[in-house]
Amino acid sequence: MIMGKALQVNGLGKMYRLGTISTGTLSHDLNRFWHKMRGKEDPYATVGQLNDRSGKAGENPYVWALKDVSFDVNEGDVLGIIGRNGAGKSTLLKILSKITAPTSGEIKVRGRIASLLEVGTGFHPELTGRENIYLNGAILGMRRREIQKKFDEIVDFSGCEKYIDTPVKRYSSGMYVRLAFAVAAHLESEILIVDEVLAVGDAEFQKKCIGKMQDVSSSMGRTVLFVSHDLNAMARLCPNALLMNSGHIYAQGTTFDMIGKYFGELGKKPPGELQRTGSRQIRLTDIQLLDHDLNEAKSLGSGMPFTIRIRINVLEDVAGAHFAVTLKNAFGTKVTSSWTNFSGQQIDIRKGETHRIDFHFSDLSMVPGEYSVISYINAGNEVIEMIDDVLLFSVLESGTSAFLRYPTISEGLVISRSEIQSQKE
Amino acid sequence: MHNADIPVTVIKTQKTLFRLNLRELWTYRDLLFLMVKRDIAVVYKQTVLGPLWFFLQPVLTTLMFTLIFGRIARIDTAGIPAPLFYLSALIGWNYFAACLNETSQIFRNNAHIFGKVYFPRLVAPVSTILSNLLKFLIQYALFIAVWIYYYVQQPFQVHWLWLLPGTLFIILVLGITGLGAGLFISSLTTKYRDLSFLVQFGVQLLMYATPVIYSVNNASFSEEFRLLLWLNPLTSLIEAFRFWYLGAGTFEPLWILYSLSAALLLLLGGILVFNYVERDFMDTV
Repeated sequence: MIMGKALQVNGLGKMYRLGTISTGTLSHDLNRFWHKMRGKEDPYATVGQLNDRSGKAGENPYVWALKDVSFDVNEGDVLGIIGRNGAGKSTLLKILSKITAPTSGEIKVRGRIASLLEVGTGFHPELTGRENIYLNGAILGMRRREIQKKFDEIVDFSGCEKYIDTPVKRYSSGMYVRLAFAVAAHLESEILIVDEVLAVGDAEFQKKCIGKMQDVSSSMGRTVLFVSHDLNAMARLCPNALLMNSGHIYAQGTTFDMIGKYFGELGKKPPGELQRTGSRQIRLTDIQLLDHDLNEAKSLGSGMPFTIRIRINVLEDVAGAHFAVTLKNAFGTKVTSSWTNFSGQQIDIRKGETHRIDFHFSDLSMVPGEYSVISYINAGNEVIEMIDDVLLFSVLESGTSAFLRYPTISEGLVISRSEIQSQKE
Repeated sequence: MHNADIPVTVIKTQKTLFRLNLRELWTYRDLLFLMVKRDIAVVYKQTVLGPLWFFLQPVLTTLMFTLIFGRIARIDTAGIPAPLFYLSALIGWNYFAACLNETSQIFRNNAHIFGKVYFPRLVAPVSTILSNLLKFLIQYALFIAVWIYYYVQQPFQVHWLWLLPGTLFIILVLGITGLGAGLFISSLTTKYRDLSFLVQFGVQLLMYATPVIYSVNNASFSEEFRLLLWLNPLTSLIEAFRFWYLGAGTFEPLWILYSLSAALLLLLGGILVFNYVERDFMDTV
């Protein structure tokens, strides 16, 4: 089988202009002009902006959301695109689906592109399911004959037969999404772009969607580009992925490696970028990972005891404060938590004090991989402070257990020393 | 799997502004049809009177005009029964106003679709023109009924040969004018939202600058004032329509030519601006 290139992206760039974008109303623009004329400050200037490229925004009003992006996609590939918010994923997909034009470079596309940037585009609430299938199909680029041919299949897939002549405004949100996805999934295109659709619908339907997408790529030879924050779905669907960072392609390889890199290298946020939420009468000032000898470590052997030590600063008295750390794996799945609430332990704190709290994990064997920590401070139902991804570390094969091969992240969360016996009967 | 027939398209920066990709528009004709169907269907879903509203609106306006401008203000209707006089201009005017109003909101009303899927953007304005054409035909049928009613009672001068070609021509030019101006405005409203308020208000005022409730030949008008009225590209069209159907307007081929040129110029400019805005519309909204 000869494999052609479905997509050839060459030096693609997209520049946005920051700062004095039009305010959106004529009167404001005139007002701004008037202020400028008198040498006053722009009354509509926005403060502190945009994604993670903020550092340079002040001096230079132009920002490259994408720069020098080049890659090829073979026909029939299912390629995942991973990256933090603002890495350029959405811009790339928008250019691919012709919603916005690139500033530089070009893309050669073999065949039709169908994009599921958000399902249900163009659905009109007053129209029936049937009417919407036709309208939505046509918006996605299908001819009427094509839709007619596939109509039964679409309705069948969506599971909305009974309501097909009911206006979609009476649909439940689940039905709405199912119908919308069904239309898009049956569009005959050589390339399918999927962005975050799987966030909706029940588990059964999600399974159906993933099955359909696998079908689409394997049996019909269609190329799929998949963007999602659900890294589990990504790992199941896409053998290969593209890791994007700050408008560039950071790395390209197997999805598993890319997820590892995503957490391992790009995940280390500088302290200023930590997202702290809550009322913050108590603040976390430091967090450390300590090995079994209480030395600071960046990585651990799987199954070795370890400690997470936090230091807090009490700015105001808080009655009944509780502290917790939660461990998350590279897919964002929580592995375990340690919470003072579990044991009912009270930590007595007073305004102005600093405290050190150690969470000891003595018998946890995690699957080797990248992990991150969420720290929580709460009192009753109130969140005092929560910080996601406050600490990142790796768990390595430790060699202490008698494994020929360690389980991987796709095979579970923790390692349990199971014994396998076989007997001929 | 490899199929040499699969067409290759290239996505890159759009450099030319005047590109009217009619072939692409043609491949999306089904979408055009379905959007027209949607526009029409949505109007009468969950309404008691349904499509009757298309009739009621001009009927009620005509009655109101007859009462206020005919009975109270006593504006001269050139010897034509007042309802017929108003209706003959209202149907054309309504068509133009609807085309202009709806086209001028294209970007705003479709932002959620434009931001998600690509299709030739021109499909949206063209579909509003077509659905308004259908509404016009319904109102035209109403006009013909009223016209026949009055003609039977007391015949007036009708230029029979002109009726069909004239009507077609006027619909075309009115549609082009509405589309062109609407494209202009819709493109500007992506930058300046407040323009759309101005348009809705401006269209109402424009009606009074168009010979709908009066005739250009009203005896109380001065020559200069008449010239001012003629400069409105809609004037010659509305007047000619009256002339052919009621024998009461004026048919000025030169001014018609002026209207046609204005319409084409507006359309050309409108498409230029539309294409310009369409390129990075999603980045500004």
